[in-house]
Amino acid sequence: MLVYNSNVLQESVKRTLAMTAKPEVYLDYSASTPVDRRVLEAMMPYFSEVYGNPSSSHRFGRKAEQAVEDARASVARVLNCKPAEIVFTGGGSESDNLAIRGAGWRAKQRGKPSRLITSPVEHSAVLHTVRQMGWLMDFETEIVPVDQYGLVDVDVFRATCERGGAVASIMYASNELGAIQDLAALSAIAGDNDILFHTDAVQAGGQLDLDVNALGVDMLSLSAHKFYGPKGVGLLYVREGIELTAAQSGGGHERGRRAGTHNTPLIVGLAKALELAHAENEQRTARFKALRDRLIQGILERLPGAKLSGHPERRLPSHASFVLEGIDANLLLMHLDMKGIAASSGSACKTGDPKPSEALMAIGCTPEQAKCGLRLSVGMDTTQADIRYATDALVAAVDRLSALSREWMK
Amino acid sequence: MSRANTRVAVAMSGGVDSSVAAALLVEAGYDVVGMMMRLWSDSAMGGAAHNRCCTPQQMDDAGAVADKIGIPFYVLDTKAVFRNKVVRYFIEQHRGGLTPNPCLECNRHIRFDWLLNHAMALDADYLATGHYARIDRDSAGRFRLRTGLDASKDQSYALSVMGQRQLRRTLFPVGEYPKAEVRRLALKFGLNVESKKDSQDLCFLGSQDYRSFLRLHASDVMKPGPIVRQNGELLGEHRGLSNYTIGQRKGLGLSYTEPLYVLAMNHNQNALVVGTGAELGRDALLADRVHWVSGIAPQEPFRAAVKIRYKSSPQPALIEPRDDRQIKVRFDEPQRDITPGQAAVMYAGDVCLGGGNITRFEASPLIAEQ
Repeated sequence: MLVYNSNVLQESVKRTLAMTAKPEVYLDYSASTPVDRRVLEAMMPYFSEVYGNPSSSHRFGRKAEQAVEDARASVARVLNCKPAEIVFTGGGSESDNLAIRGAGWRAKQRGKPSRLITSPVEHSAVLHTVRQMGWLMDFETEIVPVDQYGLVDVDVFRATCERGGAVASIMYASNELGAIQDLAALSAIAGDNDILFHTDAVQAGGQLDLDVNALGVDMLSLSAHKFYGPKGVGLLYVREGIELTAAQSGGGHERGRRAGTHNTPLIVGLAKALELAHAENEQRTARFKALRDRLIQGILERLPGAKLSGHPERRLPSHASFVLEGIDANLLLMHLDMKGIAASSGSACKTGDPKPSEALMAIGCTPEQAKCGLRLSVGMDTTQADIRYATDALVAAVDRLSALSREWMK
Repeated sequence: MSRANTRVAVAMSGGVDSSVAAALLVEAGYDVVGMMMRLWSDSAMGGAAHNRCCTPQQMDDAGAVADKIGIPFYVLDTKAVFRNKVVRYFIEQHRGGLTPNPCLECNRHIRFDWLLNHAMALDADYLATGHYARIDRDSAGRFRLRTGLDASKDQSYALSVMGQRQLRRTLFPVGEYPKAEVRRLALKFGLNVESKKDSQDLCFLGSQDYRSFLRLHASDVMKPGPIVRQNGELLGEHRGLSNYTIGQRKGLGLSYTEPLYVLAMNHNQNALVVGTGAELGRDALLADRVHWVSGIAPQEPFRAAVKIRYKSSPQPALIEPRDDRQIKVRFDEPQRDITPGQAAVMYAGDVCLGGGNITRFEASPLIAEQ
């Protein structure tokens, strides 16, 4: 029986339009999101109207300072922490750097254990920072293995922490695999061993619970542009009592933890975006999950060679990731882009010299398989029609590329 | 099919020619996609150097041109197939005492096969490159490969490996222009590449010459051995046959009563054979792996002009087909530098007929007597 439902009709109209008018389908919300109109509106007065330096004592400065402090209080409500525990930064990478460098150096200065503990599926802002501190600054480092889903091996993590350390940094949800770590369990183990626990929650922001007390974390990084806020602004939550050596020195901004004039409009934007994400969390994530599951189901059904990477259930609502063995991810992204579809891959690069993805290697992929990762992430503007169009285009592209790669394997 | 519905993939290098080729196609109204092949990586060079054609600078330049003319631009990882088909061939040929021209192999296997197929998989109707050559059709409708209008820049020698399947799907937008005009077009289009130098050496050699490349990647090729005259007189020691080319005079490290030239390389004996200028001329050559652009192999001897190196001028000769894949070329005048491993490419006027790999030359009567 045919049911004419306005939603379906709308979708089919959109689909027909999509076929004729060079469609564009953005499925890379894990890379960045558009700024929500409401966020943009909230930011607007702080460019040309309220422009004082928040550190200035005059009225112009005080007005801006008020906006920054309101933002700080708003963020603190979402994170269930004190406003003074929030450090505004220039983004997620900077927050990660501040946490690991700041706490690592502090431990070293005090002659405490300076081991840094992390996982192989971290964002490079964490992994490269830890490696650099190991190679160039004499820190001991430990990379704790993950299982086939990308989840940190809790027993190995415990054994590692029992040998002491300064900071353990484990991401909340993986950017490449979408896998969600059991932060409460890991942070408790770190705490039992007097090790500060930092989490890169950049991907989790706007989707997962960010209550720092429930999570038991000492430090947590967020980046606004992952949840419909502006680029170039992030924050680091630092539990009261933890002292960080400033990674960026200068004026005494942010209680000496991050020098640099506050970027008032971006900070206001971050707070507004986080507030909206928190308030609308249930509706948003339910929608993301439905779209994501449809995408995963369609791809796994129609591409027998595709494997879901990351955990089937413990994954970000917006995040679908696959290994498509034998398909050069760079070529696949090119084919998808030519069809108007934005996707990404952990091994892709613009220079035609892809490196195997470290995250995929860490979950047991061969170097060749680790060049075949695909990430599709849905967002607030994604429709069912988008999912259908992208699935069709992906299947067609994979068919063509596997034919080509068979030919060139001969 | 309208031009807007005709998709053309352009092989871009960041240089003047391919950039202008892309801009001309956009101007003509085609649906253009820029593609660049990453053929080689620094790490494979032991971190020593970038190759010329895919340095970060060249990629940035090509990407900037693509942005300027408003086309998508992608860099394709071609390293594995390039290593297997071209670099390996280059090394194996040297190992066998031959002097290969890897550009022909690259055009045969990489540009007009791998890339052409990948472009077609992306729904491209044509692959365009910045080569100086022209394509048209004869009265029977067969595609012909013709020299570039600018004879001094003609690249048909390296394209002589193309057949009907490739020519049908290929465009050479700058083949109709003199180089100076192409530079003017680059300026006119605002591509910011008009003053870049022409590329010269083998692209994967980077800043090294091919000798250092071979030392690094095939050190066994560089075995010292005797330098001898045709009468067996021992004159000295060479530094590995691959260091020399036929007709070479400088850099032999010999002092002799008259100038000496490299006449031949005896691979079995690892000997470098040298002699005077009078001993240098060769009347004829044999070539195999012969490819006919038309797809039709002539059965009877015919006259043509033959180029034996990329930079040499075509010389009148009689071509005697041995079978579909082998020819003997008898030159009207002896040639000084017939080099096994290089291609012999045949022309009728400005039409490139095809070519083959020189396997050996036949001694002139003068040498035979000695």
